[in-house]
Amino acid sequence: MTESFWKDGDPIADTAAPDGPIETRWDRRKFSAKLVNPANRRKLSVIVVGTGLAGGSAAATLAEAGYKVRSYCYQDSPRRAHSIAAQGGINAAKNYRNDGDSIHRLFYDTVKGGDFRARESNVYRLAQVSVNIIDQCVAQGVPFAREYGGLLDNRSFGGTQVSRTFYARGQTGQQLLLGAYQAMERQIGLGNIEMFARHEMLELVIVDGKARGIVVRDMVTGEITTDLADAVVLASGGYGNVFFLSTNAKGCNVTASWRAHRKGALFANPCYTQIHPTCIPESGSHQSKLTLMSESLRNDGRVWVPKRREDCGKPAGDIAEGDRDYYLERIYPSFGNLVPRDIASRAAKNVCDEGRGVGPGGLGVYLDFADAISRLGRDAVEAKYGNLFEMYQRITGEDPYEVPMRIYPAVHYTMGGLWVDYDLQSTIPGLFVVGEANFSDHGANRLGASALMQGLADGYFVLPHTLANYLASGPYEKISPDHEEVVAARTQVEERIQKLLSINGDRTVDSFHRELGHIMWEYCGMERTEEGLTKAIGLIRGLREEFWTRVKVPGTGEQLNQNLEKAGRVADFLELGELMCIDALHRAESAGGHFRAESQTPDGEALRHDDEFSYVAAWEYGETPTLHKEKLDFEYVHPSTRSYK
Amino acid sequence: MDIQVRVWRQSDPSDKGRMVTYDVKDISPDASFLEMLDVLNEKLILDGDDPIAFDHDCREGICGMCGMMINGVAHGPERATTTCQLHMRHFNDGDVIDVEPWRASAFPVVKDLVVNRGAFDRIIQAGGYITAPTGTAPDAHATPVPKPDADAAFEAATCIGCGACVAACPNGSSMLFTAAKVAHLGLLPQGQPERDSRVVDMLEAQDEEGFGGCTNMGECTTVCPKGIPLTLIGRLNNDYRKAMKKR
Ligand SMILES: Cc1cc2nc3c(=O)[nH]c(=O)nc-3n(C[C@H](O)[C@H](O)[C@H](O)COP(=O)(O)OP(=O)(O)OC[C@H]3O[C@@H](n4cnc5c(N)ncnc54)[C@H](O)[C@@H]3O)c2cc1C
Ligand code: SF4
Ligand code: FES
Repeated sequence: MTESFWKDGDPIADTAAPDGPIETRWDRRKFSAKLVNPANRRKLSVIVVGTGLAGGSAAATLAEAGYKVRSYCYQDSPRRAHSIAAQGGINAAKNYRNDGDSIHRLFYDTVKGGDFRARESNVYRLAQVSVNIIDQCVAQGVPFAREYGGLLDNRSFGGTQVSRTFYARGQTGQQLLLGAYQAMERQIGLGNIEMFARHEMLELVIVDGKARGIVVRDMVTGEITTDLADAVVLASGGYGNVFFLSTNAKGCNVTASWRAHRKGALFANPCYTQIHPTCIPESGSHQSKLTLMSESLRNDGRVWVPKRREDCGKPAGDIAEGDRDYYLERIYPSFGNLVPRDIASRAAKNVCDEGRGVGPGGLGVYLDFADAISRLGRDAVEAKYGNLFEMYQRITGEDPYEVPMRIYPAVHYTMGGLWVDYDLQSTIPGLFVVGEANFSDHGANRLGASALMQGLADGYFVLPHTLANYLASGPYEKISPDHEEVVAARTQVEERIQKLLSINGDRTVDSFHRELGHIMWEYCGMERTEEGLTKAIGLIRGLREEFWTRVKVPGTGEQLNQNLEKAGRVADFLELGELMCIDALHRAESAGGHFRAESQTPDGEALRHDDEFSYVAAWEYGETPTLHKEKLDFEYVHPSTRSYK
Repeated sequence: MDIQVRVWRQSDPSDKGRMVTYDVKDISPDASFLEMLDVLNEKLILDGDDPIAFDHDCREGICGMCGMMINGVAHGPERATTTCQLHMRHFNDGDVIDVEPWRASAFPVVKDLVVNRGAFDRIIQAGGYITAPTGTAPDAHATPVPKPDADAAFEAATCIGCGACVAACPNGSSMLFTAAKVAHLGLLPQGQPERDSRVVDMLEAQDEEGFGGCTNMGECTTVCPKGIPLTLIGRLNNDYRKAMKKR
């Protein structure tokens, strides 16, 4: 019966990927790519939506190469893109530690970490260019942590056994983004990039089957305009905010990708959500977002809950050592508190489901530094984690030196996104997708410090070559703003805004978003079942109908109207949420960030079914979505069971 | 807890603007200041009023997008804190709290508490970067950077571009912001070739944008959520003098 939620379509393949030895694939692809004569480049124009690490680096690089770039972001400055919030670090196979790291090992770890649901060719290229990223950023003045000898420092991160993570205190994303932003501002100053801040892309323009432009709303004046170019790049980030509460910035949304999806771009693996185990728990119904505590805390903190439910209400200090359950150390003796994110998250959920959670609503577990403080001394702990402790205290009002921190898993990152080929081109010619907005490199689970790496790899090193190959056949025929496709796209946007403003119902946009978030978290969160997902699809359909009849959006379209912005985004989330559930429903296996309760080993671990599900699920939009499968082959890293016991 | 907020309402740049009083009942001390405004806005919408516009995004104290004057202080009463990281537990039941936008001629009000800080981007365009072409950089280890320099550069680089320094300055000067960027890049070997032109060009851009002059009042550093120190302004002035001598 679940079959009726989707249709099976033809298989698809990544025809842009070269075959042959994996080490030379990227070099060969670059060599076969067509070049554009420097004098012709200024006649070619590119629209880049998004100014995070992916979009910022892409815009700066393309502009520097001589193309005419127009860039968009919804914040007031490109420097504020969500990438700025990344804390932990960025991986690169530099092997500066001489600890046995190599391009091959980073490739291997990433394919395995993604639970064998990523493409080998892409991941190999990512590991290859990772080395250049660090050089590039250092040249731009990114102040990475250094050792006394003046060379770059590294740390190990996110379950890897080598030290390959480069970092700038707990603010790596900020520093990397400032590097890309400054490179962009330089090109803006030179007139090579035209920047449109506080502009939101609301529709994609397709003419003769090619992506040729976007429709945007000036968020200050409300003016709706069309921008036309030879190619469009989406770098609009991830969609974790479909859950309402997540560690994402408040404005993160799926609109740019979803509008493209509705116009024919396939959406791949939407159900793969990464849930981060160490977030500060929700404190009440006013909660608007969740805050991540760096994973590095698990190096010294011990995770526990009371053994008995009756003890959960007591202060932590009143619970005797013998009455505490250090469950990660108990279940996973060899990795202990350092098990990967998906495992730690699910274990926390399980103990809370058993009624042994602590804090408001029983949704929390302790992350306790008492042992570390008595072993290393308070000063040493402060030197290592002081800023994180302070952040925790600021948010919760509790002193983590005195009482254990409380943590709970939260949505953090989305591995799914628009389907792209090896060239980062979507199924719509001329529409390229980079960074978290595409699905390509992480499979079913992302290792720590790999998203920043991918964003910059795409923007600085991959896209500039593959997009050039596309542009080499341009400039494409000039399009008039009066072209019927352009007018139609603009009209769609105008009508949608008018519709949202005219409903004038009795529920706020946020109330719908929260309700959708509850449904998604409950049924498409850390653990999914066929029954739950089927139920969720029905609930989401009902909620969507209610939204379009009862939502109340105050104000007009001709002004700064933050509720109108939100309403458009929530409307798209209401459609995406359903597709996420359908994708999760069809994938009757557990893989990485997707845990299907029906598919587990006798001792409760995730059970993959490589024989049936070794593919990318790429969805085509329609009343009933159509599933296209891209088969995944593993020539170099053979699928094996992940075990952390 | 119950509080009263008096909020600056201004429908657009041409509107004169006024303070309007609202009661906020039963707000949790665990809510952040912005969450308190969210709760108020939900009520305003259902009552058919226009919700209060304010800027924010990360709500983690890092993007620099939020910011408002709270009881006359940029980002409110807590030291080294952005507005999004300020929590209601720092206020008392029954308090009356004034909320206003950044006030500086270089930051025109867009609506309510939202201002236009585009001038900051234009200062960066004038020279707040290192001219490093993409794709061909030398190996990162080719140029060692002494740890103290790297750490000092990092400290300066933590500026989030929020504009609190400008809002707090009686002259509406953006000197702390510019000084932070000049120090960040000037402390690194990679930043040396453009050190002179950078400081001159950025200061020029700053004047053109209509920011006031710096008279060393020090209000900026008091409100700066990232603790950018006043000494960096001294450093910038030195760099500027040296650069001008060479001209
Ligand atoms: C708290 C936190 C910590 C993290 N820490 C790490 C870490 O330590 N290491 C790591 O590797 N990864 C980390 N990540 C993940 C990583 O930060 C993101 O995956 C990555 O930064 C995404 O970059 P991006 O360029 O793809 O998108 P973003 O940085 O999200 O940028 C999206 C851009 O698109 C624009 N945009 C979106 N929609 C529209 C539209 N419709 N119209 C116009 N513009 C639009 C936005 O304005 C923005 O400029 C972290 C994530 C979070 C939430
Ligand atoms: S110097 Fe401080 S107050 Fe000024 S913009 Fe930077 S972070 Fe904000
Ligand atoms: S919202 Fe990002 S710093 Fe406050």
